[in-house]
Amino acid sequence: MSTPSYRTLSLNGLWKNNPALVQLLGLCPLLAVTASVVNALGLAVATLGVLVVSNLSVSLIRGVVSDTVRLPAFVMIIAAAVTATELLMQAYAYELYQILGIFLPLITTNCVILGRADAFASKNSVVPATYDGFIMGLGFGVVLVLLGAIRELLGTGALFANMQLLFGDSAAQWRWVVIEDYQSFLLAILPPGAFIVTGFLIAIKNIIDTTLEKRAAARSAAPVAGSKRVRVTGQVS
Amino acid sequence: MGLLTVTSPHAHGPQSVTRVMRAVLLATLPGVAVMTYFFGPGTLLNIIAGGLVALALEGLVMRLRQRQAGPYLRDYSVLVTSTLLCIALPAYTPWWIVAVGVASSVLLGKHVFGGLGYNPFNPAMVGYVVLLISFPVQMSAWPAPRGLAEVPSLGDSFVAFFQANQYDGITMATPLDLLRQNQGELMSELTSSRAQFGALAGVGWEWINIAFLAGGLWLLYQRIFTWHAPVAMLAALTLSALLGYDGGSSTSGGPVMVHLLSGATIFGAFFIITDPVSSAVSNRGRLIFGAAIGVLVYLIRAFGNYPDALAFAVLIMNFAAPFIDHYTQPRVYGQGDKR
Repeated sequence: MSTPSYRTLSLNGLWKNNPALVQLLGLCPLLAVTASVVNALGLAVATLGVLVVSNLSVSLIRGVVSDTVRLPAFVMIIAAAVTATELLMQAYAYELYQILGIFLPLITTNCVILGRADAFASKNSVVPATYDGFIMGLGFGVVLVLLGAIRELLGTGALFANMQLLFGDSAAQWRWVVIEDYQSFLLAILPPGAFIVTGFLIAIKNIIDTTLEKRAAARSAAPVAGSKRVRVTGQVS
Repeated sequence: MGLLTVTSPHAHGPQSVTRVMRAVLLATLPGVAVMTYFFGPGTLLNIIAGGLVALALEGLVMRLRQRQAGPYLRDYSVLVTSTLLCIALPAYTPWWIVAVGVASSVLLGKHVFGGLGYNPFNPAMVGYVVLLISFPVQMSAWPAPRGLAEVPSLGDSFVAFFQANQYDGITMATPLDLLRQNQGELMSELTSSRAQFGALAGVGWEWINIAFLAGGLWLLYQRIFTWHAPVAMLAALTLSALLGYDGGSSTSGGPVMVHLLSGATIFGAFFIITDPVSSAVSNRGRLIFGAAIGVLVYLIRAFGNYPDALAFAVLIMNFAAPFIDHYTQPRVYGQGDKR
């Protein structure tokens, strides 16, 4: 398998093969912790870090580990990376660590990470594998933060609450009340809201894709100059 | 839009979507009239405003979906959804509750799944549950019924609708609320100390339920739906309440009559669970569907967190309707084994 170009990798991770919107992997944290921007951002950064480290390590050992034991080996690496991330968060963002709770250790079981390790990192050299981990983590994280922002806005009428959990005390004033006197819309914050908003995000992506396809098709289907005959039999598509 | 295309000269009534929906709307009239009598014009205002919002949304969505909007606006289907939802709302709710509820019903309940006839869940109940989960305070603020407080005037209801923060009204716990909050007390003590309890169930509520029963029976007579689902539901609820009632305490949500004539029981039995799209299809399936809803209503009322249970019970059983259909397929004549 030849290594795809960085352009293809970026396009895949961010749009065409987006882990959250197309592969629908890692839905559990996606749905559970995206009630606010800060939670989503915290988990996005943690996942991104783990993805980069695990892809890098898996790519390094890809010639040494035999095929039969590769999955346990990958999971061990991922678990080690997750533990390190967890310890880092305990040290530098303890309150956020408490809020994210079980979903931080659960990054180990996030299918995006094992999926990328097995499908890409174990077959490619170190630099592309690391880049793939980064861009996949970024694609996942962008959707996570977007979902968190939509749910926080719909649910509480404000954005960026409690940002001091991640950026220190100066960020406490970042809370931006978008709509004054907003009645909190609990559904958006509860799990059903996550399902509904994710569904709409996927729908919007599909709409954009089909419109782009239609446009491309309209552009490529230029009339053939010369022949004036109109085909009246056979297949007309 | 005729549903039957049979060649032989069978005699049949031309049952169309429009005719069915109009009949359902007409059948809600007695119940709505009694509700208006007991709670004032708030319910009517909700229904009218909700209907306008529903028509506007339906037209908009049909435009977005590149369909003709006209036939769908004229067949009353979206009006039935919004009316059933607004009947379930407390009178004197602010306008945005009605708007959010109707929008959830029409968009999330119906059009996301493909529009009329494709919705796996009852759209009105989807809207109601969205509101109940999201705005518990406003959704439990039922006004006091006539006889216990003065009924607000039409002007009051407009103030409540458009400027909720300037409206003062008297709200009161419904009988089901009281039963939920006072479990383990003597029914006789509860009914004598709380004015909300009437001769059969709750003041006002008993007559509202009886009025909906009249409308429902008329629909049954018109053959809009079959008797299976409502009868099974009411029978199952009666049986569960009878088995669970210990003879004098409020632990199981009171005696059978209170269960049958409180909250949404009768309204649900005849107007909600008989929705032909989201319920089971065969007659045997409808018996199971209705009975399960009856049992669930009892269980959630007696042991759950919410005072009334119909919307949740209906949504849960809507999930199960395809499953029920799978196991209750009628045998085609001349085909298959005898059972």
